[in-house]
Amino acid sequence: MSERKIKLQIKDMTKKYDNGDGVEHINLDIYEGEIVTFLGPSGCGKTTILRTIGGFLDVTSGDITVDGQSIIGMPPEKRPTAMVFQSYNLWPHMTIYENLAFGLKLRKVPKAEINADVKKYLDLVSMPGCEKKYPGQLSGGQQQRIAIARSLMLKPSLLLLDEPFSALDAKIRQQMREELKKIQQDLGITVIFVTHDQEEAMSLSHRIVVMNKGKFEQTGTPAEIYDKPATLHVASFIGEMNFLKKDGKTIAVRPEDLTVTEGSGGQFDATVRTVMLLGHYVVMTAQHGDDVIKCYINRELSEKLKEGDRVSLTVGKHTVF
Amino acid sequence: MFKMLNPRRFYHAVGRKKFLEFLLLAAFILFFYGPMLNMLMLAFANEYTAPAVLPQQWGFKWWSYVFSQNSLVSSIVQSFIVAIVTTAVSMVLCIPAAYSIARFKYRGRKIFMLSFLLTNAFPKLGIYTSIAVLFYRYGLMGTYAGVVIIHMINSMMFMVWLPASAFRSVHRQQEEAARDVGAGPVRTFFKITLPMAMPGIAVATLYTFLGSMEEAQGTLLVGMAKVQTMPVAMYGIVLDSSAVQIGAVFAILLIIPSALMIFLMRKYIGPEAISGGFKMK
Repeated sequence: MSERKIKLQIKDMTKKYDNGDGVEHINLDIYEGEIVTFLGPSGCGKTTILRTIGGFLDVTSGDITVDGQSIIGMPPEKRPTAMVFQSYNLWPHMTIYENLAFGLKLRKVPKAEINADVKKYLDLVSMPGCEKKYPGQLSGGQQQRIAIARSLMLKPSLLLLDEPFSALDAKIRQQMREELKKIQQDLGITVIFVTHDQEEAMSLSHRIVVMNKGKFEQTGTPAEIYDKPATLHVASFIGEMNFLKKDGKTIAVRPEDLTVTEGSGGQFDATVRTVMLLGHYVVMTAQHGDDVIKCYINRELSEKLKEGDRVSLTVGKHTVF
Repeated sequence: MFKMLNPRRFYHAVGRKKFLEFLLLAAFILFFYGPMLNMLMLAFANEYTAPAVLPQQWGFKWWSYVFSQNSLVSSIVQSFIVAIVTTAVSMVLCIPAAYSIARFKYRGRKIFMLSFLLTNAFPKLGIYTSIAVLFYRYGLMGTYAGVVIIHMINSMMFMVWLPASAFRSVHRQQEEAARDVGAGPVRTFFKITLPMAMPGIAVATLYTFLGSMEEAQGTLLVGMAKVQTMPVAMYGIVLDSSAVQIGAVFAILLIIPSALMIFLMRKYIGPEAISGGFKMK
């Protein structure tokens, strides 16, 4: 992996707002052709970092380079980045064609080439033939597709996406994710994605940066983040996690990594609280001391268990904090 | 058929509630359109004496009279010059101010906005008199520049508040997206922000133009009869009671540009656009 080309490098970057919020000492390398997601709760600084890369915020100190060139101090229009915002990306007084062609016209691209490009990229985002429509005539999901197409048409070094799907409803969001991933694979473009939706981050990214309170908590592949959370915050933020206390330590274990057997005598004894059928699997919660533990069990076992039964839990894959 | 016009029949045919509503509407229409109808009638009356319902003689006598009087024709020309200059200058001055109020947070922003209200809160004549003192010193009395300044004092509130709210309704992301695809700040303003704020600006421009067309008090005082706009000329006509018809002709002439502008901008004029301008944020 070491011979991969570094696309974006953030070196000891600090951005402080007047009220003291912000991000400090950020270091990150992003490689060519990668999708890297900044994941964290709102106000954790993920959008701040994205906006400093896009040129919409100045940095307090440190450096950001794209392809080895520093982009600090450049205005957004001079940067080799393209950004898609959460909403209000399009200009309502222009048709879709004019929206898409705006950036190319500024670059003095010949008209025939613009026409061909508009058609090509509308096909790419599966919106062919809507050149003459106005943004107001499109749904939210369609508008975001157009916004992504507009950014891609400028052939940016780096595509920045600031929670582009968060205003869409769940079903369309999932579809957009798949399409984005496919487009990224086809074009081989480098993407930085910001989201607070862990499912979105897990499904899209090559690497995830989990953030909390202006700091990087963990950087790694989705599997690393899920299987080996570096901190308690990461463990609780990503997926479902049980925290069991034993000998002054906390054992973090996923519901699917707990083996449930009837009767007592296992690692942890517990009492069944609820058994809920959720389609192809069953969620059981059990009381152990003051803690409520969640486990996934199969249908066969669930039919034998009822509230108040004694069960014993055996911990499989886990992390100790 | 005429039987139905009998009020009793009408009353029983439509019911009491509808009948009362009809009466109210009729009174309303008479109240609003009666004077205008009367004015229209007078403008085309060659001869008319008060108690009669209809003029004794119809015709265009007063129209040709108005257009034959050089002073009256020149007042029409002057009105348009003053209104157009006032609108243009206040656009140049107020639109940047409106943009700054909408986009930047700075100390004294609210005071700045309220200051435009203040000129409308004091008795106008008092302000005009004290301005006149200054104008004498700077030689602005009886000049176009002086009159335009007086008109701008009245229009500034509209010209700052309405566009400011229009600019505020343009989302920052929409400007940032334009910067992102390669437009500089100036191009972003003229290609994105200004076109999107146009409805609000159009309404403000309309108010400024119409306000300037009908401003009389300040023009009379500062113009000192050297700058004579249509409303000022009307003072003289009204005082000369022998020719009410000239007043009517003038009123119709004054209505034409207003009606034309309102018709052209009807798309933009609505209660929302107007009330939107008066939010303090």
